[in-house]
Amino acid sequence: MGFLNFHNNSFKHGVHPPEQKSETNGLPIRQFPFSPVIIMPMVQHLGAPSQIIVREGQEVVRGQLLAKAGGYVSVPQHAPVSGTVRKIANVPTISGKMVQGIYIETFPFSGQEVMEGKPIDHETAIWEEILQGIQDAGIVGLGGAAFPTHVKLKIPEGKHCDTLIINGIECEPYLTTDHRVMLEQSDDIFTGIRYLLKATGAKRVIISIEANKQDAADHLSARIPKDMPVTVQVVPVKYPQGAEKMLVTALLGREVPSGGLPIEVNAVVVNVATTAEIGRLLPHGRGIQERVITITGPGVKKKGNYLIPIGTPLRYVLEQVGADENVSEVYMGGPMMGVAVSNLDISITKGTSGIVIFNENDIKRPDKVYPCIKCGACVDACPISLNPSKLGILAKFEAYDEMATNYHLMDCFECGSCSYVCPSHIPLVQYFRLSKSIVRKRNAAAKAAG
Amino acid sequence: MFKKTLNISTSPHLVRGIGTNDIMRNVVWALVPVAMYAVYSFGLSALLILVTSMAACVLTEHVLARYSKKETTISDWSAVITGLLLGLTLPPNFPLWMAFLGGIISIALGKFAFGGLGYNVFNPALVGRAFLQAAFPVAITTWFPVYAPERFSTVSAATFTLPFLEPATDGFTGATPLSAFKFDHVTTSTSDLALGLITGSTGETCAVLIVLGGVYLAARNMMNWRIPVSILATVYALSGILYMVDSQIYPSPDFMLFSGGLMLGAVFMATDMVGSPITSVGIWIYGAVIGLLVVVIRIWGGLPEGVMYAILLGNALTPHIDNLVRPRVYGTGKTMDIRE
Repeated sequence: MGFLNFHNNSFKHGVHPPEQKSETNGLPIRQFPFSPVIIMPMVQHLGAPSQIIVREGQEVVRGQLLAKAGGYVSVPQHAPVSGTVRKIANVPTISGKMVQGIYIETFPFSGQEVMEGKPIDHETAIWEEILQGIQDAGIVGLGGAAFPTHVKLKIPEGKHCDTLIINGIECEPYLTTDHRVMLEQSDDIFTGIRYLLKATGAKRVIISIEANKQDAADHLSARIPKDMPVTVQVVPVKYPQGAEKMLVTALLGREVPSGGLPIEVNAVVVNVATTAEIGRLLPHGRGIQERVITITGPGVKKKGNYLIPIGTPLRYVLEQVGADENVSEVYMGGPMMGVAVSNLDISITKGTSGIVIFNENDIKRPDKVYPCIKCGACVDACPISLNPSKLGILAKFEAYDEMATNYHLMDCFECGSCSYVCPSHIPLVQYFRLSKSIVRKRNAAAKAAG
Repeated sequence: MFKKTLNISTSPHLVRGIGTNDIMRNVVWALVPVAMYAVYSFGLSALLILVTSMAACVLTEHVLARYSKKETTISDWSAVITGLLLGLTLPPNFPLWMAFLGGIISIALGKFAFGGLGYNVFNPALVGRAFLQAAFPVAITTWFPVYAPERFSTVSAATFTLPFLEPATDGFTGATPLSAFKFDHVTTSTSDLALGLITGSTGETCAVLIVLGGVYLAARNMMNWRIPVSILATVYALSGILYMVDSQIYPSPDFMLFSGGLMLGAVFMATDMVGSPITSVGIWIYGAVIGLLVVVIRIWGGLPEGVMYAILLGNALTPHIDNLVRPRVYGTGKTMDIRE
């Protein structure tokens, strides 16, 4: 904010969308029923698709390996239920793309006992074994990005990690999964931190929580094991604080270099639910089969935080929670960065942190797009100090190279703050998404041409 | 059981809800007290001027939008603002046909020639006024007394002048506080100026109401408070220095602040979002430049008042300021210990 820069213990700019968390943040996590059919797409994470190792007709036990990792930046997948592999075929995903996947018919009367594998002990295991264990458990960032966690934890040659940040910010409106995990799974979180400390070699751990979850902060603070270098830090509520770059700045006063990862400034950020998952799975050598998901919004009766098997079809979820027949909008993830669902036949994936459901007219839609009046609201909102107004005008003129070289287009991480505040309702983030993909294609073509 | 089709959109799926039309409408609300006081103090003539200039702007906007085969844009309220602002900067006894012409020029040349809302370089109302100042230098410096006893029963003789005829003169030429100071070295009481007891252009006389409107807009985050603050602070500081150097020659900074169109210009004209820089640092520069130009023109220029030209020049500088002043993008430059 120019000459009046008082943002000392925070990142610059940001926005304050209505939080909408009060309807579910007091509801304990509940186990969701097993759907009669489970659909497991082989792309649920960033990176190479998983490679299927089961065949049609084969019976699988809950927790059994269905597919192995398709490479280093990839994770394996485990059976979320005991049942029969009915079909291996292309399945729909939220992006609209069809990918290879597995249909499992759930055994109706199975007790759904979980198969266990080789346990990994945080006392004796060395860091390579822990990273391998995390990959073998199929763990990805549960905050929504679904980036394979073991890749993120690998400290590059010549770098070191001084601070491990556990991300319990959950800045997306409506979502309360991390909140409930912090309140209900503190033992798993601290066990997970033990693994993470060993894997990264960090000297200290900061569990960061926004001020709207003070109860979670108090709960965790009271339970920090004596021998662990952990502090809980409560930060003011501001979107998009959960973005790891913003969080590193808010907590440490360091900026992650453009195009780089937090390790460039000696930090590693791991989502709190991911941490709990590591602490729960690794001691038993299990794979991930379910995750906590907030289901909320005006279009649903049984709002809550549910432990839902991965691969559960969205249509089944909506039926179980009593979604309104006239449901008109379903978002996977929060309303700021989540994706609108076009097809209810997709399934819950590892990256699904929430399902927000609206009926017709619940969402105020701007009636029309006005020209940019250069009010500067977007400039004051952008957490990385881009000029979305100028970028938007350049996008209209298709000046993509100018956007990338002079206006840092590629640094945009699509948090949506600019579009949220724009009084002219210009779909800025959508412009930038398109522009970025065009620039990426051009760069790839230029590279291919030598 | 569920509907077959779902609505989809790209993220973010939430909008804050303040629309461009809301901002524009609120600017109009903020100007209402100013306009009401104008009518109260100057009477029917002022009302006619405001109505005429607004009608001219809205009509021109509508006709041009239709002519360029676009949906009419009058519902965004921006033409209403332009008309209102133009009317407020004209003398209350200004001939109506001239005001109408000014409204047409404002919208046609000041706005549509550049591409419409959002694309104009200059404040459209000031483009119209600059045209009128060049075309009708006498009429635009012929003033009308404030609180004339018969102001609600009769209108100024000049008001209904027929096009292209010399307006009848019942006003008093060249006796605003600024020209009185410039040419006769007579200073006017600052409190009289602030309260609108001294004559001037239709809407520029009551500084108190103008500031009130500005505070309302700033509080609702619909106006950048840095613009008026930087302009007024610069004018005050510069004229304060000059006054300290020689209080016999130079006007007092209080007089500079409350006389002429400075308040109206700083609060409602220079703050036009389209014509002002987009970054806060840019805005401080923009305000300082306008403030400097106001002082230079008023004190050393040939005209008694310089607010209009100062803002137009500030508008012209805006693209260059935006080009020069770019905030450091996150993660470029120093990355460790950025707060030290």
